This record gives sequence, structure tokens and C-alpha cells, in this order.
Amino acid sequence: MPYAADMEEPQTRATTVRPAAWGRSRRSLAGAAALLVTAGTLAACGSDGGGASSLTWYINPDAGGQAEIASRCTEASGGRYTIETAVLPRDAASQREQLIRRLAANDASIDLMSLDPPFIPEFAEAGFLAPVPEDVAERVTEDVVESAIEGSTWRDELVAVPFWANTQVLWYRTSVAEAAGLDMSQPVTWEQIVEAAESQGKLVGAQGARAESLTVWFNALIESAGGSIIAENAEDPEDIQLGLDTPEGQRATEIMQLVAESEAAGAAFSTSNEDSSATGFESENGGFNVNYPFVYPRALGAVEAGTMDASVPEDYAAAVYPRVDEDTEAAPPYGGINLGVGAFSESPELAYEAAECIVEDENQAYYFVTNGNPASATSVYDDEEVLEAFPMAPVIRESLELAAPRPQSPYYNEISVGIQRSYHPPSTVDPGSTGEQANELITAVLAKEDLL
Amino acid sequence: MTTTTLPPGKKTEPVSAPKGGISDRARSERKLGWLLAGPAFLVMLLVTAYPILQATYESLFDFRLTDPDNRAFVGLGNYGVILSDPLWWQSIGVTAFITVVTVAVELVLGFGLALVMVKALRALRPVLRAAILIPYAVITVVSAFAWQFAFDINSGFVNSWFTWLPGVAADTDWFGDKWTSLLVICLAEIWKTTPFISLLLLAGLAQVPEVLQEAAKVDGATRWQRMWKVTIPNMKAAIMVALLFRTLDAFRVFDTIFIMTNGANGTESVSFLAYRQTIARLEIGLGSAVSVLLFLAVVLIAFTFIKLFKVDLAQARGE
Repeated sequence: MPYAADMEEPQTRATTVRPAAWGRSRRSLAGAAALLVTAGTLAACGSDGGGASSLTWYINPDAGGQAEIASRCTEASGGRYTIETAVLPRDAASQREQLIRRLAANDASIDLMSLDPPFIPEFAEAGFLAPVPEDVAERVTEDVVESAIEGSTWRDELVAVPFWANTQVLWYRTSVAEAAGLDMSQPVTWEQIVEAAESQGKLVGAQGARAESLTVWFNALIESAGGSIIAENAEDPEDIQLGLDTPEGQRATEIMQLVAESEAAGAAFSTSNEDSSATGFESENGGFNVNYPFVYPRALGAVEAGTMDASVPEDYAAAVYPRVDEDTEAAPPYGGINLGVGAFSESPELAYEAAECIVEDENQAYYFVTNGNPASATSVYDDEEVLEAFPMAPVIRESLELAAPRPQSPYYNEISVGIQRSYHPPSTVDPGSTGEQANELITAVLAKEDLL
Repeated sequence: MTTTTLPPGKKTEPVSAPKGGISDRARSERKLGWLLAGPAFLVMLLVTAYPILQATYESLFDFRLTDPDNRAFVGLGNYGVILSDPLWWQSIGVTAFITVVTVAVELVLGFGLALVMVKALRALRPVLRAAILIPYAVITVVSAFAWQFAFDINSGFVNSWFTWLPGVAADTDWFGDKWTSLLVICLAEIWKTTPFISLLLLAGLAQVPEVLQEAAKVDGATRWQRMWKVTIPNMKAAIMVALLFRTLDAFRVFDTIFIMTNGANGTESVSFLAYRQTIARLEIGLGSAVSVLLFLAVVLIAFTFIKLFKVDLAQARGE
């Protein structure tokens, strides 16, 4: 080969640098990898060998509350079981993906899982949830807010254990509402808050990003207008009737357009999620924000960390979600987490016993106070500690009673992603045509005639 | 001035080489070759051919992961659904756009970096190479997050540092529009994979015989003429291989889009579409069909490069 010397110059230089330094580290790396594999196998043996006593709880990421509750229940069980937690991905859609793929492969390591309510029908329909024993079902639905029970029910049967129930409220700056002359002791409409924010040059925060949060917002709007995303036959993808092109669907689209096109929406409305809209509310332009209760502990945390002035959260107040029409009560979003027991778990009885412990009132109160996640048990809202930490707890409870769940269907993912595709970016929606387009798209997707 | 390359390699073969037939030595070498490469070949079959075949098989079914009982054979129905959907053609367009833009920019930048590495002082070379390689060592998801944070309207610095540029304002929402999103996606991809192309080109640059450069110099060729008439023609094989590898890579773009826009504003690539059908929608049949079509597109690109541009992979290895 001609001119081999010229060609090899860079190559030999590159390879001669490596061996001495890399050889050793590669060996130690291989050693470490082997150790890890062995440790993993041993751990797996341990949990299998330990029999029924070790339970794994797949949790959504939080501020450490679920891990603490797990260790409390482990202690309370008196050695009958131990609960270990395994953390799922950050967003609800990825949590669903991971759990479903594991369950489709009959993963026996899933004893308990924290489930986002709209995905529960899909899990139940696929047979991924162990049946709830009757006596357990009776106990865990006693004195629980209606929306949380509804969210855990599929085909008239309780399929999951209500844990905590989230809802969105209308956060507002007292100073802004006062300056705009808005009486917040009375229910307010979207038109009113947009007008008030515009008059003061402040922001109205909502979730306009193409994500699950957009479906949450749209669902609250259409439910508040008196309609529903699914009108009929939620179980059957071929006969499903969608309610997006109804007058109520049009009204919801009008409100979405009103907010997105207003000056109060801010520059990044089409990429705004729960976190970034809370950031906007914390800024000096903050006016109104429809968001979950975490907004308040988040601000208190920032004050503690010294990154926010104490006067900011003092200006915060919460009211029930804005109305679409003046005379119709609002239907705020319902969310939260319910507990499912894996159908392939080796010890479903123990898992249900653990689930009952996890949802005990004192654990729910602890979770509410420390992590800002509202309880599904009504009695928790009278807890003095809760009222002290969350002066707006009564508003949250009222909101939970009014809250409407997102459509319950085993095909929820297709419906939600279809809505996100049709209604994003919110500033481009057209009350006259978007609903019809979304209807057509989702129907075609459910019939497997379209890509998503 | 004509281009200057070396005479074809076959002229340098010894005249005494036997014609036709395979010698015993060649035969035993071939056997040794199979013995050495055989196990790797088997592993390759197992980890690449098997999934491809399985995906092709699954793509002929209507099969939802959560509903295995209702699995039904639909023949080429899934392909019909995909090819008649405007979303497929839109994502082909987006993927082609990202591929063409990133590969073209990377080729120019990578060539510049390769020249810098070749010409740098001997003492500086290792440091320089390490510095240029760093982006390539960064995991794509991490690089995507870093670029997303940089351009984010709330936490990013781009909006406050570059307001002097036309079109950039303090409230520019980069991820709120198709073309600005694609711009940031392309920037992140270019930053990350230019080192790869420059390394391949560096190997090609080192292949250009110094004697030809000297001869051109003696003939009075300018620096620019030497670049166009000597350097580039002599490293054509290396350039084509770099282009081929990067094009195949760029056509499968996924991570950056997944992190930055999650497919919003019509920024879905073909890989992203496959992800959404298979993983999010759990339609294994439809998703497999998208993957098979993506695979065919990649094969087509490789075939076009090798046949049309006559890329000789063996030549790039210096054989």
C-alpha cells in the first residue's frame, strides 16, 4: 500500500496514548461491571428468597413523601412486609409507558404502583390490576371525595385505591385583583380574569404546552361549559361518540382562544406547563394562574431558600377555578394518584394491606402538609395541622367536590394525544373548525386509520 | 489545471503475482478470516437481523400491546395507513431537512476543524483533539437538555445575550414555532456531531501524499489551488464515507426532538413517529411498519451513496 507511513501517523498516535492508561481503567471497569451484575443477581435472589414479605412500590417522583410513608408502613406492619420504592419517570405519560411495558411482560416485581387516574381504565381493561377485595373496597372508599372514587372506578367496579386527589384552583395575587376591582369572594369567569390581568399589565397563566396538561385544561373548559370530550361509548373504539364539535366544545375552544390570544398570556404560552406558569406567577408580572396547590409550598420554599421575598406568597390567594359561563358552575381538573396492585404480584393480599396503610388519614395529612399533595379523605381537611400549612385547604376541598375527571377510556392516550395535536398551539384554534377536525382525527386514530 | 491523484493501485502489484485461481495461502487466510470474524458475524445476526425480521413480521399485524387476544393479520394494511397519511410525509420532510442542513454544515465545519488539527503544533495536537472531541462524548439527551435550557425563554441566556441579532428579542419563544425549533434542534445536532465528521476527515487528510503537495508547490500552485486540486480530490473517499455515516445517523434523529419539543409544532422526525406509535400508542403492528419503512429509507440512502457516488468503503480503510 502506498504512503502507508503518512496515513498511519494520526492513527498510531491515537492508539499509543491509550493502552497504558486505558488498559487499567478498562480492567477495573470490567471488574466493577461484574460486581454490579453479581450484586444485582444477589439482590434479586434476596427479594425472591424473602418470599412474600418484600413489596415493591413504583412511585411517581415527589419530594420524598411516598418513600417516608413506605418506611412508616413498613414499621407499622410489625415485620409482616417491607415496602421498597422504585421511582418512575417524571411525566405521567412516561410513567404509563414504563409500567405498561413491564406489565405486558408479566413483571412480578410490581406489587404496588402510583397511577395517574386517566390511565386506570387502560390498566384495568388489559387485566394489569389485581381485583380489589370487597372488604378493602368498602374501607378505602369511606369518607373519600367523590372524584377520587370515580377516578379509581372502571365498569362500575373499584379497581384501584384512592390515595391523594389533586385539583387545580385559581391562584391570584390579591394586590392585582384589588387594583383591577375584581371581587374574588364571588365566582369569576375566564373573561373577567383576562380583562383584569390585561388592565393591570399582568399575566394569566395556564398550560398551553403540547403535553398532558393541555388536555387537562381543555377538559376543564369543556366540562365547565357543560359538555364532555367523550359523549358516549367510552369503552368501544369503534362506536365511540366524541363531543368536541358540540356547542359546548365550541365554547371551550372560544375560551382557549381568548386566553391564548390575549396580551395576558405571555410570550411563551405555547410552551408553558405547570412549572413555567408557576414561575410566571412568581414573577413581578404574576397576576392569575390556574394551577395545582403545589404553587403555594413552592413559593414558601423559595422564601426559605432566600430566592424570593416573603411578601410574594403573602400576596397569594386561591379561589375556585374560573367559570366558562357566568351562571354555570366550574368543573375544575381532577388529578392525583391512586394505588394499583399489580396483577402479577406474588402477594396481592399483602399489597392491599400495605395500600390500606399508605392511604390512612394520618399519612394523607402528612403528605398534604409536607409535599403539598391534597388528600382524598375528607376528614383530613379538618386537620388543624393541614389548615395551618394550607390556609386554602377549604377551597381545595370545594374544588375537589366540583372537579370533573378526564374522559375514562382504555384509549385515553389516543384521545389525549389527539386533542394535544389538534388544539396546539392554543393561539391557532378556531371555534368553528378545530372541534370537528379533532373529532375526525381521534375517530380515525381509534379506527387505526391514521397515524398519531 | 487538472486534478492530481496518484496512479491507480493495481499498477503497483508485483508482476509475478499468479493470475486467476486461489493459492493455498489465500485459501487458508480466508479460512482464518472466517474463524476470526465468524463469532462477531453471528452476534451481529442475532442482535440486528433478528429484530429487523421480527419487526417486519409484526408489521403485518394489527396488534395492540394491551390487547394481545385481538391480534389480527392485516397484510400490508399498516403500510397503506402510513403512506396515505400526511403526517408521515411531513415527518419525512422534517427528517430530510434536518439531515441535509446538519450534514452540509457539519461537513464544512468538520473540514475546517480537521485542517486545524493537522496544522496545529505537535505539542498542541493532543489537547486540541481532546477539546474538539468533547461534544461527541456528551450523551445526546444531555446535550439536548443543555441547548434547551440555553434557549429557554425563562432560564436561557440566549435571549438576553443575543438581542443585538435581528429576529432575537427578550421574549423570543424558540420552541413555540416550527422553524425556530428546528433551528435549535439543528444547532444542537451540529455541535454534537461535527467532531465525528472532523475525525473521519482528519484520517482522510493524513492520506493525502505530501509529495503531491510539494510538486504542486514547485509548480507554483497557490494554497487555494492546492486545496481544490490536490487535497480534496485525494481525500474524496474519506469525505464520502464521512458523509454516508453522518447521513445515516442524521436520518435517525430522535433524542434531541424528544427532549426539546416532544414533536410539537410539526417537528416530528420519522424515528419519533415510530416511537409514538409503538411505545406511546402501544400499536406494535403500526409502529413496526413505521420502523421498517425507516429501515428501508436508511438502506436506500446507503445504496444510493455506494452506487451513485461510488463510495468504496474498503478504500477508506486504506486497503
